[in-house]
Amino acid sequence: MKQTVLGLVISAVIAGTAIAGPVSPQSVVYADGAVAASLSGATGDPSSGREIIITKGQGNCIACHASEALADAAWHGEVGPVLDGVGDRWSEAELRGIIANAKMMFEGTVMPSFYKTDGFIRPGDGYTGEPATQIDPILSAQQIEDVVAYLMTLKE
Amino acid sequence: MRHMIAALCAATASGLALAALAEPDDQSLAVDGVELVTEIKASDEHPLDMLYSGWRFRTDETQALQTDDFDNPAFIFVEQAVDAWDTVEGEAGKSCAECHGAVEESMKGVRAGMPKWDAEAGEVWSVENFVNRCRTERMQAEPWKWDKADMNAMAALIGLQSRGMPVDVDVSGPAEPWFKRGEEMYYTRYGQLELSCASCHEENYGNMIRADHLSQGHINGFPTYRLKNTKLNSVHGRFKGCIRDTRAHTFKPGSEEFRALELYVAWRGEGLAVETPSVRQ
Ligand code: HEC
Ligand code: HEC
Ligand code: HEC
Repeated sequence: MKQTVLGLVISAVIAGTAIAGPVSPQSVVYADGAVAASLSGATGDPSSGREIIITKGQGNCIACHASEALADAAWHGEVGPVLDGVGDRWSEAELRGIIANAKMMFEGTVMPSFYKTDGFIRPGDGYTGEPATQIDPILSAQQIEDVVAYLMTLKE
Repeated sequence: MRHMIAALCAATASGLALAALAEPDDQSLAVDGVELVTEIKASDEHPLDMLYSGWRFRTDETQALQTDDFDNPAFIFVEQAVDAWDTVEGEAGKSCAECHGAVEESMKGVRAGMPKWDAEAGEVWSVENFVNRCRTERMQAEPWKWDKADMNAMAALIGLQSRGMPVDVDVSGPAEPWFKRGEEMYYTRYGQLELSCASCHEENYGNMIRADHLSQGHINGFPTYRLKNTKLNSVHGRFKGCIRDTRAHTFKPGSEEFRALELYVAWRGEGLAVETPSVRQ
């Protein structure tokens, strides 16, 4: 009987986390810049991730990064490293940490933090130049997962 | 120097970014046969070693438009300002010319030393402030709006009278606190993207950011004609756009903040030739 109760409690806890929804930007836990578990609780979709990376109003990653694998998209930046091979260089948890808040991995980096909502100086309302009324992370938890899933496919 | 070291560290942390740091091109700029300095060794206190005009980072086609005043689209607006210079406006019934005479004489060298401390106002003033004081107090006319067509055209006409002269601003005495404030702004990482002017124009000049080849962000060519919006753009208009693009609440053209930033950015370009009116993408 004891065993069954314990078992019930454990499954309730597991079920509880699963339905708790995405981890909020304030409660993400970084360990050496990496984030172990999915931010949304679900797995990522690499094809959606690819789209987010090349889309200006979303990740706009190619503003700063070039990649052979994304050669079909116009204009690749040179501010950050070439993305080809990042799936070999970094683990999934490290990539999640880098996209969510790159400053945890690379101190003082110019790479923006995509899953962060506080600590900004004069945050704006998108690109209007007006003050922000409400600050959402640049990418949602699921979008981060999608981007990470795509980056994991970039192996040499 | 302090900042240069920080920039180098940031660049070495990502070897690839360092490798990608491309130099500006090696063209030299002559406007109607007169050479303009687009590259100069920086002073010892400067965070950069070499200074390059933004012209050096543009494509051959864009560069060419600035080498001949006949091809330079900015001159349509300069011509309008030539007319405005002679036009009587306001209750006092005066034109700029009535007091200042020929613009070529009276405005020579003015732009090279802007912005500057104005004792009467007790502030650092941009050329726009001086123009508007003449309009409101001396002509009793309406002030012109900052970063709008009339003002930008007049600023271009005035700037043209310093073309070829080295940028040389006074950052000492009462201007010093403004200079310091501008410097602090230059290194502040604004907005949700948390980028400072230095993130792009000091750490990454020479690199491509999306479709743009990043320059050192100098203001020696302002007001500048941009192919993108086919009109003259003021210094403060450019600052406003660069801050807005970091997803930030930007500042207003003419604000104290932008005049402080202008003083600091002008100092960063000291020794480069005034190129007004320049042509950019
Ligand atoms: C403003 C420029 C900028 C943007 C935008 C940007 N990054 Fe970065 N990124 C960098 C820089 C610079 C680095 C190098 C880290 C450092 O500072 O040492 C970097 C590093 C990385 C790395 C580690 C690469 C390696 O091989 O070490 C990955 C992965 C990465 N970025 C992915 C992304 C993704 C995905 C996006 C879009 C969601 C993005 N970046 C947007 C500038 C940027
Ligand atoms: C009633 C006479 C008068 C009129 C009209 C006038 N100004 Fe002035 N302006 C002055 C005086 C006086 C000064 C301050 C002394 C000086 O620097 O020459 C001045 C200063 C300036 C300065 C600052 C110069 C410097 O070296 O700091 C600029 C720029 C300027 N005027 C532009 C204009 C423009 C443009 C117009 C027409 C829209 C105009 N002024 C109309 C009398 C006039
Ligand atoms: C995200 C990167 C970025 C940031 C941050 C940024 N700029 Fe820019 N800036 C650009 C780009 C891109 C251009 C157009 C290409 C060029 O000249 O660099 C530009 C152009 C300029 C120019 C025009 C240069 C010329 O020769 O015509 C000036 C001046 C300038 N920026 C100043 C600033 C200042 C001051 C700040 C800080 C308040 C700033 N920028 C922040 C990206 C940036």
